[in-house]
Amino acid sequence: MNPIFKGNPITTLILGICSALAVTVQLKGAFVMGLSVIVVTSFSNFIVSCMRNSIPTRVRIIVQLVVVSLMVILVDQFLKAYAYSIEKQLSVYIGLIITNCIVMGRIEAFGLGNKPIPSFLDGLANGAGYAMILIIIAFFRELLGSGTLFGFRIIPECIYNAGYMNNGLVILPPMALILLGCIVWVQRSIQKDLQEK
Amino acid sequence: MEYLSLFVKSIFVDNMIFAYFLGMCSYLAVSKNVKTASGLGVAVIFVLLVTLPINYLLNKYVLGPNALIEGVDLSFLSLITFIAVIAAIVQLVEMVVEKFSPTLYAELGIFLPLIAVNCAILGGSLFMQQRDFANVGEAAVFSLGSGLGWFLAIVTLAAIREKMSYSNVPAPLKGIGITFITVGLMAMAFMTFMGISL
Repeated sequence: MNPIFKGNPITTLILGICSALAVTVQLKGAFVMGLSVIVVTSFSNFIVSCMRNSIPTRVRIIVQLVVVSLMVILVDQFLKAYAYSIEKQLSVYIGLIITNCIVMGRIEAFGLGNKPIPSFLDGLANGAGYAMILIIIAFFRELLGSGTLFGFRIIPECIYNAGYMNNGLVILPPMALILLGCIVWVQRSIQKDLQEK
Repeated sequence: MEYLSLFVKSIFVDNMIFAYFLGMCSYLAVSKNVKTASGLGVAVIFVLLVTLPINYLLNKYVLGPNALIEGVDLSFLSLITFIAVIAAIVQLVEMVVEKFSPTLYAELGIFLPLIAVNCAILGGSLFMQQRDFANVGEAAVFSLGSGLGWFLAIVTLAAIREKMSYSNVPAPLKGIGITFITVGLMAMAFMTFMGISL
């Protein structure tokens, strides 16, 4: 459970920011992205951990990259086959899971030194921590930016008639960064030991 | 003229950091002071400029539909090819720089190998594939522009963070929190370039 709250890969380790910000305009995309990352981290951690005794340390980065890109290609092809519109919307960011530091970071830090089953769980937990932040950001961005959640209208029509307007700024990229800054702020005011001097 | 507009567009309007969030991890980690930040920026420009045209040619003549063998579409292999090319080029560039310019090598130091896993590089190749450039020249101009945009972004942020170490930031926001918000505000400033057509 640790990686989900206290040692969250995004807010405390600052890994995997790139994709976290770009896919959070809508909950649907964030949800799919989160799931893909969970699958990729857990399985690639598992596979590398299975092979950990036979990988020479000098070429380990390349072996890891190959394993990770294999998983990413599988996920990408799967999405292309069953969820084409979402795959189009996520565009290059699915491919960029390869260079997502969370995946490589967990393999280096955990998968290489532990048994397959704990590594699988570690990948699962870190992927889930990542997915959670994605969903929190996407929740606010979609609610405030388009007044919908998962594409369904949440804010009723009568409020719009009373003069309420969607906040166009929230949909644009800068707001994702500021929201993430606020999440870090909230987390660190609760967990004081994470604060930097 | 087309090249110039593509160049300016890829620096300011389609800035890798502020519009697409590519290469954020190293962007946030290595922006504590201007000197190291500019070292990493130069390395990114360099690697982008070398890998992107190579990946363009590979994509056009080997991986695309009907490119190598009639009726065979190898585009599902593009991800793994791109990352292999990038890793190999980074290794190669490192060796060449070490041999011919030891001073530059010492300056770039640890940043060169780290670049292999910088999303800005792979992202550049994936955008190139998505945008379907007409020839190698366009791909090269695009890569130079995006690299320069990245360089500009990291040097500005490093300068701001250097000054910010003297200011009184609320304790929970210190470090990474305020950096996120600063980058957000910088991105807003960069958005004013949007809609400029050349």
